[in-house]
Amino acid sequence: MIVTATLSLGMIGAVGATLLYVVSKKFEVEEDPRIELVLEALPSANCGGCGYAGCGGFAAACVGVKTLDGLLCPVGGKAVMEKIGGILGIAGLSEGVEPLVAVVRCGGERNVRSKTNTYNGVQQCSIVSGLYGGETRCTFGCLGYGDCAEACSFGAIVVNSETGLAEVDEERCTACGACVKVCPKGIIELRKKGPKNRRVIIPCSNEEKGATCRKVCGRACIGCGRCAKECRFEAIVVDNNLARIDHTKCKLCRKCVEVCPQGIIREINFPARKKEDTKEAESLRA
Amino acid sequence: MTKTFRIGGIHPPESKLSAGQGIIPLGIPARVVVPMWQHIGTPANPLVQKGTRVKVGTLLGEAAGFISAGVHSPVSGTVEKIDTVIDASGYKRPAIHIEVEGDEWEENIDHSIAIVRNCTLTPEQIIRKIATAGIVGMGGATFPTHVKLSLSPPLATCAEILIINAVECEPYLTADHALMLSKGEEILIGISLLMQAVKVRRAVIGIEKNKPDAINLLSELIKRFEGIEVIPLKVQYPQGGEKQLIDAVLRRQIKSGALPISVGAVVQNIGTAFAVYEAVQKNKPLIERIVTVTGKTLAKPSNFRVRIGTPVVALIEAAGGLPKDTGKIIGGGPMMGKALISTDVPVTKGTSGILLLTRKESVRQEESNCIRCAKCINACPMGLNPTLLSTAAEFTQWEMAEKNYIVDCIECGSCSYTCPAARPLLDHIRQGKNKVMGIIRARKATNV
Repeated sequence: MIVTATLSLGMIGAVGATLLYVVSKKFEVEEDPRIELVLEALPSANCGGCGYAGCGGFAAACVGVKTLDGLLCPVGGKAVMEKIGGILGIAGLSEGVEPLVAVVRCGGERNVRSKTNTYNGVQQCSIVSGLYGGETRCTFGCLGYGDCAEACSFGAIVVNSETGLAEVDEERCTACGACVKVCPKGIIELRKKGPKNRRVIIPCSNEEKGATCRKVCGRACIGCGRCAKECRFEAIVVDNNLARIDHTKCKLCRKCVEVCPQGIIREINFPARKKEDTKEAESLRA
Repeated sequence: MTKTFRIGGIHPPESKLSAGQGIIPLGIPARVVVPMWQHIGTPANPLVQKGTRVKVGTLLGEAAGFISAGVHSPVSGTVEKIDTVIDASGYKRPAIHIEVEGDEWEENIDHSIAIVRNCTLTPEQIIRKIATAGIVGMGGATFPTHVKLSLSPPLATCAEILIINAVECEPYLTADHALMLSKGEEILIGISLLMQAVKVRRAVIGIEKNKPDAINLLSELIKRFEGIEVIPLKVQYPQGGEKQLIDAVLRRQIKSGALPISVGAVVQNIGTAFAVYEAVQKNKPLIERIVTVTGKTLAKPSNFRVRIGTPVVALIEAAGGLPKDTGKIIGGGPMMGKALISTDVPVTKGTSGILLLTRKESVRQEESNCIRCAKCINACPMGLNPTLLSTAAEFTQWEMAEKNYIVDCIECGSCSYTCPAARPLLDHIRQGKNKVMGIIRARKATNV
């Protein structure tokens, strides 16, 4: 009895094992072992910022190309790309790929943008924007319910409870673009981090006429175009009553900051201006 | 037993405060703001400039594209500016501002009350006249009527019955009720015209039993007409939904994603039937409508006949002024209506009512966890699983939402209404539905 059982089970086991071995050999998928190595070098954030479905997809893409031109892991940046280049034995990061950062194009803090109604439904930007323009009269600006913060895997964007605006922590931001995709108002953009992290931005997205948007928000771009006239590099374009800085052309001269009658153009990470400079700017503004 | 639809449904308190009030014509305001986008589809293209003199009935904006409707001037006067206005959508949209002078009508419009009974036009001519008058579904969905009547000719030929929606299942609203009582015969002529237009011999008017006077009146009047029948229905929300009404009167169910024509029915609102009468028999474009102004603390809940473009504030003033404890002003009924963010919002073709809620009524209850009671599932008139769909949408599980027919949701709000945990079910489902519809559209676009 025991012998029969042992024998028959043993036979079944042996047959099964042979079958499995044959099948696995026959249908073996050859995977480039380098994919595994590249994957290990990646930060495994799976944020999709590179444009591929997670780190696995990106690793496979890296292995399949002859040069890494145009491929960039925004989280790992240059260091990781060089590492990958080393693994694959090809040139590292191509020139011209500069680190980016997310920028929220709204400066309408709570104290300059008055609330005209109260919303007590689901606190989610996508739902609110599906219902109406929001609690203030500016229908373009940041709603402040934090869909972007929810989408960020790095904790790099949070809604400031005092100002009611989404704010980006540039140290943490990897420019993966998750917030850009999720913002229903489409006011977050990726732009060059700039040399020494210096950059000039216009934090407004209101496309209404000057008189109208001045009524709804104290930090609105009125589309007067003085910044565009002042800019010697043609980096500023006024379209739909709204000035936009083309970050690829901006040379950080900060002339626009001085002439903006609304005083909304922001210079970031610049050293404090000399006193004369600010005086001059103020007199110009007045 | 009285008929009603078979799946789901709820019965909120009817609160028809303005029932039996008759229709009061509201004075023409000093200026009107006429939005160019009062219908589903593409906004109308403005045809006038600043300073153009217009008469009542002058075409202000022409239909742009296949699904669109023209917009006519509801007043006579001068175009002050072409600008924007915050309409019931809560967003700024293009609109024409007109300063009113006198009340001069276009010559070809007959605005007397004399009833014109005979019509010798062909179906195509009737539909063309409806299109010229800029008529849209008056129940609130505002789908251009001429498009609905002429939808894909091979299909339209198989229509066998016209169903008239006189259900008015939204609590509070009495605009259609008032219209039936005062314009019964005109409505029936309009229905005959619609029957001619879609080439059917039979029409049924579905009316809920809480309007016995209207049922009696129309039952009496239909004796003079051929092929029209009145069917009293049990009071149940959302019976005014197209699919629900068809099930209630015909006992036919429509497949997911199909149109009423697939079961041989064309559904039109009773207000639309009246507008069709005016357009075809009197050449009068859609420039005014009946609006119920109501609310528990409002002094005089009433039904007004209002020119399109009149600011909501004028209606509220006429109904006794804004009560002090008003917490929310809703455009439409309490179930499917939408809160307005300003009293300057103009009345549009789809404004069936203005409802004032008190502060207490307007605050949402605090939501708590789902207790799996399945009340929402029992209430859903489309036979969906709202709690599942809502959760799927909340956690961005679009595939699961699509598989469970999220796009069939008619956004009636029965689920949110019944939920004892006060969960914002519809909020999430509506968002998910839009998202999934976008995904489906994108998929179709790439496949083509």
